[in-house]
Amino acid sequence: MNAATYARYELLRTFRNRRFFLFAWGFPVVLFFLIAGPNRNEHDFASSGLDAPLYYMVALSAFGTMNAVLSTGARIAGERSVGWNRQLRLTPLSPRSYFRVKVLTAYLTAATTMALLFAAGAALGVSIPAGSWLEMTGLILVGLIPFAGLGILMGHLLTPDSIGPAMGGTTALLAFLGGVWYPITGGVMHTIAQALPSYWLVQAGHVGVGGHAWGRTGWLVVAAWSIGAALVAARAYRRDTQRV
Amino acid sequence: MQTDQTQAGVRLDDLHKTYDSPAGPVQAVRGVSVAIAPGETVALLGPNGAGKSTTVDMLLGLSRPDRGQVTLFGLSPADAIAAGKIGAMLQTGAVIRDLKVRELVTMMASLYPAPLPVDEVLSLARVEPLADRRTEKLSGGETQRVRFAVALVSNPDLLVLDEPTVGMDVETRHSFWLTVRDFAARGKTVLFATHYLDEADAYADRAVLMAQGVVVADASTTEIKAMVGSRTIRATLPDVPAEMLERLPGVSRVDRRGDAIVLACTDSDAAIRALLAEQPDVRDIEINGAGLEEAFLHLTADPADEPKEVAR
Repeated sequence: MNAATYARYELLRTFRNRRFFLFAWGFPVVLFFLIAGPNRNEHDFASSGLDAPLYYMVALSAFGTMNAVLSTGARIAGERSVGWNRQLRLTPLSPRSYFRVKVLTAYLTAATTMALLFAAGAALGVSIPAGSWLEMTGLILVGLIPFAGLGILMGHLLTPDSIGPAMGGTTALLAFLGGVWYPITGGVMHTIAQALPSYWLVQAGHVGVGGHAWGRTGWLVVAAWSIGAALVAARAYRRDTQRV
Repeated sequence: MQTDQTQAGVRLDDLHKTYDSPAGPVQAVRGVSVAIAPGETVALLGPNGAGKSTTVDMLLGLSRPDRGQVTLFGLSPADAIAAGKIGAMLQTGAVIRDLKVRELVTMMASLYPAPLPVDEVLSLARVEPLADRRTEKLSGGETQRVRFAVALVSNPDLLVLDEPTVGMDVETRHSFWLTVRDFAARGKTVLFATHYLDEADAYADRAVLMAQGVVVADASTTEIKAMVGSRTIRATLPDVPAEMLERLPGVSRVDRRGDAIVLACTDSDAAIRALLAEQPDVRDIEINGAGLEEAFLHLTADPADEPKEVAR
């Protein structure tokens, strides 16, 4: 078995789907200029401690990558609905390799989205040390693990008809409560937000000004979501051998 | 009886499967045992709900039998699949999009230990003209042929086809079966489920008939036809009780359909002479060689052992 060949074609299929990329790339970038553009000279934006362009660059990276990774689920649901999942079970491809390739594809999509957003941020004057760019990228990639698990879970539980609304709703809620549209800095909302993985994606921006992005709470929340999502996703995959 | 493991092709031993449905448990398969020798082509026949697809799923390891065992070339389904010995075209399905046909076949080939060369697969499944076509632009019949190519790519010893010709027109069906025959000629074992009886008649060495979760007949198609009489006599003959006709020589079974009668015969020559002598009013007489269809209806209507109570 040659996993590299399999992965190469899986990537090729993903990157060939132009409509997917129009939305995965286009939306976050356009939204970034629409929201951050008018506030480009705001320092300590809404007492978040960050300049508005930096805040929104990371917030919309979080939004875009979250979408990119979750949409793996939509692709799985599509493959299931045509019986492809069952076909793959008749090959020596192990579930582990199947998910590895799916997650790899999701991450590469997310990475391209992030690169575009960082370029857009630089265009609006975001200027931070090279090390901070890297650290920020790393934190976002780690923070995406729960979303990969959620995407796989939804892909195996839902049909292509229901996955659209389910995913749209999930992203909208997680993005709002995570502070993608406006910083959440106090009150009950803040307490709720801190329990969500999307909040910590947005917080990754703090490394840009030399701060600590996550701290112990952040790492704990991200780790808990990662483990939980991976477990339920694996369970959903195992149960899902029936015809649909 | 234990066959020598190296000689064993497909062995299904006393398979049982019960599903939970909203209306209570459904016994989909109730003790199916079938042995298929390497190189044999076997048709699995039966009406909807007979348990064909459930049996195929258990054979392929996609569902676990409640009781009983599946052995494929001496291996469990999972091991046989890991070794690339099994190729299957499942009942429902399309192919994934955003790839060209050749790319899809190459991608699938990369998963197996000893696949056939991609060009050979494309030629075997007669999809070379489609090689550079995107999978989302294929017609229904073309998709089936590409799925067939995917089933062949591992160079499997056993090819399982679950109603492969659904959605194909007559001409495509014919050419499809010729490709299956080409592959079987390489010494491969083929098991196909179908509800087109002519396909079983024309392309299988043997037919296994299922009804209500049990095997009701397992024999060559010729033998199965013989089981219900070799010919049928149809005629218009009102007002004569069926019991009277059953006593005629050479008649094995009588069906009354309104004014018409259908006599299944073991000796149609004797039967027609006696019928004309006893019933001079008989008209519109037709004598036909019994098709597999008659055999099929007859055998699946009264299964050899009556079904046990099935909760529905």
